[in-house]
Amino acid sequence: MKIVVCVKYVPDATGDRGFNDDGTTDRESVDSLLSELDEYAIEQALKIVESGVEAEITYLTVGPDDAKDALRKALAMGGDNAIHVNDDDIAGTDALGTSLILAKAIERAGFDLVICGMASTDASMGVVPAMLAERLGVPQVTYLDEVTVEGTTVKGGGTVKGRREGDVATELIEAALPAVVSVTDRTGEARYPSFKGIMAAKKKNVEALDLDDLGIESDQVGLSAAWSIVDTATKRPPRAKGEVVEDEGEGGVQLAGFLAAKKFI
Amino acid sequence: MAKAPAFDPMDPLGIDDLLDPEDKAIRDTVRRFCADHVTPYVAEWFERGALPDVRELARGLGGIGVLGMTLDGYGCAGTSAVQYGLACLELEACDSGLRSLVSVQGSLAMFAIHRFGTEEQRRTWLPRLAAGEALGCYGLTEPDHGSDPASMRTHAKRDGDDWVLSGRKMWITNGSVADVAVIWAQTEDGVRGFVVPTDTAGFAAHDIKHKMSLRASITSELTLDEVRLPADAVLPDVVGMRGPLTCLGEARYGIVWGSVGAARSCFESALEYARTREQFGRPIGAFQLTQAKLADMAVEIGKAHLLALHLGRRKDAGAVRPEQISFGKLNNVREAIAIAREARTILGANGISLEYPVIRHMNNLESVLTYEGTSEMHTLVIGKALTGLDAFH
Ligand SMILES: Cc1cc2nc3c(=O)[nH]c(=O)nc-3n(C[C@H](O)[C@H](O)[C@H](O)COP(=O)(O)OP(=O)(O)OC[C@H]3O[C@@H](n4cnc5c(N)ncnc54)[C@H](O)[C@@H]3O)c2cc1C
Repeated sequence: MKIVVCVKYVPDATGDRGFNDDGTTDRESVDSLLSELDEYAIEQALKIVESGVEAEITYLTVGPDDAKDALRKALAMGGDNAIHVNDDDIAGTDALGTSLILAKAIERAGFDLVICGMASTDASMGVVPAMLAERLGVPQVTYLDEVTVEGTTVKGGGTVKGRREGDVATELIEAALPAVVSVTDRTGEARYPSFKGIMAAKKKNVEALDLDDLGIESDQVGLSAAWSIVDTATKRPPRAKGEVVEDEGEGGVQLAGFLAAKKFI
Repeated sequence: MAKAPAFDPMDPLGIDDLLDPEDKAIRDTVRRFCADHVTPYVAEWFERGALPDVRELARGLGGIGVLGMTLDGYGCAGTSAVQYGLACLELEACDSGLRSLVSVQGSLAMFAIHRFGTEEQRRTWLPRLAAGEALGCYGLTEPDHGSDPASMRTHAKRDGDDWVLSGRKMWITNGSVADVAVIWAQTEDGVRGFVVPTDTAGFAAHDIKHKMSLRASITSELTLDEVRLPADAVLPDVVGMRGPLTCLGEARYGIVWGSVGAARSCFESALEYARTREQFGRPIGAFQLTQAKLADMAVEIGKAHLLALHLGRRKDAGAVRPEQISFGKLNNVREAIAIAREARTILGANGISLEYPVIRHMNNLESVLTYEGTSEMHTLVIGKALTGLDAFH
């Protein structure tokens, strides 16, 4: 079986992130790294293989030169090889365009299962897995807290099963492979890259592709083709001092009043 | 011309840029391991003077691959010396006791077996030691013989094919929890190393209490009372002091880096404190005296770090000399202690509290100054190399 894990190289969420003048993400002033939420996807792919499913794990990223750092880190955690789609014309591409590039690259590589994180830690839209499933014409099983796979390959068939915790119900979902899944940060801690993994990752193959290789025209992607653009961005104001309620017998009422005013109750 | 990157107070010289991506990846894994599994607990371990679950800790360290990491084969990662140094730096930024556990296991016990042992000894011990499934210790120092180990009293006598080992070893890190001990002893041919399973009859270990330093590390006294070992327990490939001294060279090299980590941790605490603590209506970091302390610390840490990297690169090229390791250990531990003491003054009364890492590092570094060759010994090594005159005797 072939598992493709989509990973994104994002500005460090603990850094002081911001936007460029054209509304695109500022990738200069903050160091970037493998999106933490994608580490859970990697961990689940590795767990599936460790559970006895015979599979080749390929990581896929769309991003600038440095994005290969994210692939190296993923490969150091485990897995077999990686694909890096990199093209000057990709800058500014939105989720819809990204899903097109990912879908073309996944079709080109072949797949039985695509695993994504629940969202990226930069844009946090969380829509790419669903878009990807639509483009690939396969079932989507998203926001899973638990995922298992049975079966063998494209030919032999197989299923993916998962558990999704909702506000009112727990859903147990199952889909025939090939399929796209996304997993949450509740699926279990991602492993550290071990030293042996780090050393081995150096020797794993990373295939570099551009838009031409995928048969995508440059006007299908990039900022000019984007359906969603950032108009303006305002920095969150510095956190104001909290309000202290002195309890002189009316404390409870005052607290309730405060919460009601903020529409919490 | 390209724009110079932003100033990073934690890496003022941009030493990070001298590292490969793999170097940084290894460093990050150790950093994360320490942050998750050791740093939150280590002050309490220090206070209690105990490592509550040393086996679990060892398995964790083995899991990331830090135990015997520079060795090839037998489940070891086979990293570079620079990468080992970076790991030591992160471990000791957490606690010198943690770095000691790793140094003794990897650079002393495993290295001795890997370098001087038989294929059988390697196969028996190295994979388990690398995984942290077994613990190792290294017995050279004795109650009456520290800086001058060549005069050791522990001895091994032939009895038929067997060896019979008797004597005492003192200040042995990991001693009472070890599954295997590498013990150095006098024989008719000179000093030789023995691989001793600690469950052999006649072997006993007792922990040394009342330590005020390296409290998050186990230190023991070993007694060897007619310990009978088979013929193949001896390390075949070395006779004389070259054996133990070669291993010590490895561990000392790790200390050159580790001490930079302890110093960095103290500096980090002091810098943060200086920025936030206010007296006379201003942050204490705004006073020139405090700034002079911080600037001097940063300068010494930068120099020590570059020295460590320089020695690491030489080691990876097979070009490092023992005198150069002495140079590094002497300077870096001496400066680390000075930095710890200076950092402590910046923290005022909080500087003596285990709520901050500073006094813990400061006390730990007293052991680091003494073990693996005291600062006096390394001074004499350099003095001898410079003058050609031996001042030891
Ligand atoms: C926490 C801890 C863990 C340790 N772990 C281990 C371990 O795992 N395995 C192991 O084998 N050992 C271990 N040691 C022992 C350590 O290596 C010795 O303590 C060290 O070698 C010094 O020996 P000593 O304590 O006997 O001091 P001594 O050799 O008695 O020295 C006392 C003082 O005299 C000075 N001195 C001695 N000779 C001279 C000279 N010729 N000229 C000038 N000054 C001199 C020394 O520098 C020192 O200042 C450990 C020690 C500590 C504190």
